[in-house]
Amino acid sequence: MLGEGGRNARETAENVARRSYGKLVAFLARRTGDVARSEDALSEAFAAALSDWPASGTPANPEGWLMAVAKRKIIDMMRRRKTGEDTIPQLQLMADEIEAAAQEQSDIPDNRLALMFACAHPAIDAGIRAPLILQTLLGLNAAAIASAFLVSPAAMGQRLARAKTKIREAGIAFSIPERADLPERLDAVLAAIYAAFAQGSADSIGAEMGHGNLAEEAIWLGRLVASLLPDEPETLGLLGLMLHSDARQAARRGPEGEYVPLAAQNPRLWDEKSIDEAETLLFQAARMRTPGRYQLEAAVQSAHAVRRFTGRTDWTAIEKLYDALATISESPVVAINRAVAIAEVRGAEAGILALDELADDERLAQYQPYWAACADLLARAGKIRAAEEAYEQAIGLARDPAVRAFLQQRQTALSGSRSPS
Amino acid sequence: MKYLLLIYSNEQAFQSMSDEAKQQGLAAYGAYMEALTKAGVLAGSNRLRPVNTASTVRVANGKTQVLDGPYVEAKEQLGGYFLIDVPDLDAALSWAARCPGASHGAVEVRPVWTM
Repeated sequence: MLGEGGRNARETAENVARRSYGKLVAFLARRTGDVARSEDALSEAFAAALSDWPASGTPANPEGWLMAVAKRKIIDMMRRRKTGEDTIPQLQLMADEIEAAAQEQSDIPDNRLALMFACAHPAIDAGIRAPLILQTLLGLNAAAIASAFLVSPAAMGQRLARAKTKIREAGIAFSIPERADLPERLDAVLAAIYAAFAQGSADSIGAEMGHGNLAEEAIWLGRLVASLLPDEPETLGLLGLMLHSDARQAARRGPEGEYVPLAAQNPRLWDEKSIDEAETLLFQAARMRTPGRYQLEAAVQSAHAVRRFTGRTDWTAIEKLYDALATISESPVVAINRAVAIAEVRGAEAGILALDELADDERLAQYQPYWAACADLLARAGKIRAAEEAYEQAIGLARDPAVRAFLQQRQTALSGSRSPS
Repeated sequence: MKYLLLIYSNEQAFQSMSDEAKQQGLAAYGAYMEALTKAGVLAGSNRLRPVNTASTVRVANGKTQVLDGPYVEAKEQLGGYFLIDVPDLDAALSWAARCPGASHGAVEVRPVWTM
């Protein structure tokens, strides 16, 4: 059983872990080029802290203490791996540098952005970038990430390990890209963060984004990137987009846990503080006069949010924003949402025509929101039989039981409305 | 690759649902089966009768033993299966998550041993 000191030590260690995990990994990885060993060394250092601190007291500079222990562990690992003489001076140099940083009372240099750029490097498979960032920056374990991304824990563990090996063996740099490369490289980082945010939302309907438990972590990462690169408007755009979506969390479910689509949500349940922060970010970004995908998507959310003042959604603005998005993005999700906006402005038939253009896109055949959007527009156009079939597809593809139940209700209501023939 | 999706759920819970809820539950399975068929991945499926209809047979030391009931008594019972043919485990897991059984019970995903 843990005594008072044990509990305090555990609490301190947990606080340091929450606050500094990514910073410590980033610092070690930048100097060793080895993400996996940096993580291993750090987790051994945390284990050492839990056994050492209760007895000898929490150190004045816990981060420095952890860094010093992690450094010793990492040098031991390196020694075991490489026996060649020529590696010794290099190890010594690295050890000295880490030591100097550990000794300093001032903060450990923040290399987290460099670590994110390494994780979202073009040489790393796009599908593993978000999981990699979640693991290295936040210390999430492979099993938790695997569940969120609907992959087996064993496979996720292997993919993460493979990506880390690639970073080490390909010599991927832990650095912030040059000006010329920055937009494209930053886009990959932002896409990874957004993928983490949107994960689990694949089964939500239409423009509405769902909510996995990764959302909070993704927003934290978004804040970090926005604070480290405040002159890049897309970092602000992404954070604004995530905050807008997050603001609606309480309105997304009814008292019985039932799914409430965006159009039926009560704006008074939206979180005003998050919306205000998102709007401020968007305004800041707009002043830089370089629009981009995330700013446009955030602006769409902003046009939905005006309903809290005016009582109605600004669909005309939303249609224009999706027109602009469609020119820079080939995402079928953008195309679906554009069709929904067209239907709102110019009628269901026009929306159906826009959706018909997508019918050949194979990515959509098993994409539930596509079928839900088809069903809704077909129903509004009075094409009951086709709408029922589209609902059937959407129901069969739904993952979220609340969404499934919602779609079933819609389908049933539709059948009820059909006049007997 | 073929994967067997085994659906485990609480039979009692299903039996005690209202008729309307049962209807909705079965309709969800119907829609799921339809989606599997449209995607061209369905290789077979059956719903099983409740475990009180199960018998378990074992032959040991030349003696045959027949017992009433399922092989394992558990809170959740094997209620049916879908056999699907998909490229990899990721795809199988993705279909398993869409199975209504994953929301009211659990779906075990097992790769089929092909000879």
